[in-house]
Amino acid sequence: MGLLDKEFADSNIVIAKTEDLLNWARLSSLWQLGFGLACCAIEMMATSASNYDFDRFGVIPRPSPRQSDIIIISGTVTLKMALRIKKLYEQMPDPKYIISMGSCANCGGPYWEHGYHVLKGVDRIIPVDVYVPGCPPRPEALLEGLLKLQDKIRNESLTKKA
Amino acid sequence: MKTPEEIFEILKSKFGEEGVTFTGDQAGDPYVTVLPEIFRKVAVYLFKNEDMNFDSLMLLSGVDDANGEKTKDANENEIITGGTLSVYYNLFSLTHRHKLTVRVSVPRETPEVESITDIWRTADWHEREAYDMFGIIFKNHPDLRRILMPYDWDAGYPLRKDYQNPEFYHGMKVPY
Repeated sequence: MGLLDKEFADSNIVIAKTEDLLNWARLSSLWQLGFGLACCAIEMMATSASNYDFDRFGVIPRPSPRQSDIIIISGTVTLKMALRIKKLYEQMPDPKYIISMGSCANCGGPYWEHGYHVLKGVDRIIPVDVYVPGCPPRPEALLEGLLKLQDKIRNESLTKKA
Repeated sequence: MKTPEEIFEILKSKFGEEGVTFTGDQAGDPYVTVLPEIFRKVAVYLFKNEDMNFDSLMLLSGVDDANGEKTKDANENEIITGGTLSVYYNLFSLTHRHKLTVRVSVPRETPEVESITDIWRTADWHEREAYDMFGIIFKNHPDLRRILMPYDWDAGYPLRKDYQNPEFYHGMKVPY
């Protein structure tokens, strides 16, 4: 990518493309909305804790959607909760990203047929960037999902969507 | 400490033979069926009488007996008319260490049971759940709202055997 590919003799000046700089800044500090739904949230919390350390990728939980860049839908989305999730998503400032974590958020999971109260996939109400499979996914899987999202952001362009 | 049979004999002598019946030969716990008209009086007696002293309501659950007439509608969905819905009360006495299961059956079309929230506070949310899932109305309940489903859920009671899930809820498709 070459963010630092040209260096002047004065080492205080670095030349980079605006797009690369913006993308690099965005993908390096994805603040996550402090939000969990079910057993996937336990794995998400484990990912934030010291063994897996989400913070080394710049992911820290924020208590307000106004300050968040990313929302991890970690668990079963009930119809009652779906309306609230939509509201939270709309309150987040652009650019915003969504990771759908686990089978329930992806497609309804074990509730796909008889879950009268479950939304069969969170992508029915909000646009998902990365789907992480698993029931629940291990922290490594969630980290992999985050890296995939970072790849996606790295290739974004100011003029056209990635 | 008393067995359910002994408690039933006492209840029978107190409330009459037609009001209470005993079922004990099936798999699982034996239970006493009480008519809804006298259920409230029986509950107060079980709570207050010194030999009974059921001071703890462990659990309350609704059941769709599905014993009515089963027909199919235009879309081949089963519809049940008539028959009963039931409420099972699992009582325990911490002082005497004895247990009793009480059943109250009410007609499916008018499922009304007297609330016992003022006797056992446990019943409050449990009765709300039975109302939410089966549509059983608990008379004189202080706050009989849905507890699990959304407050504006108007598609019926999900745990009834002939329940049909709606196609959409607030514009969101519900079936897979």
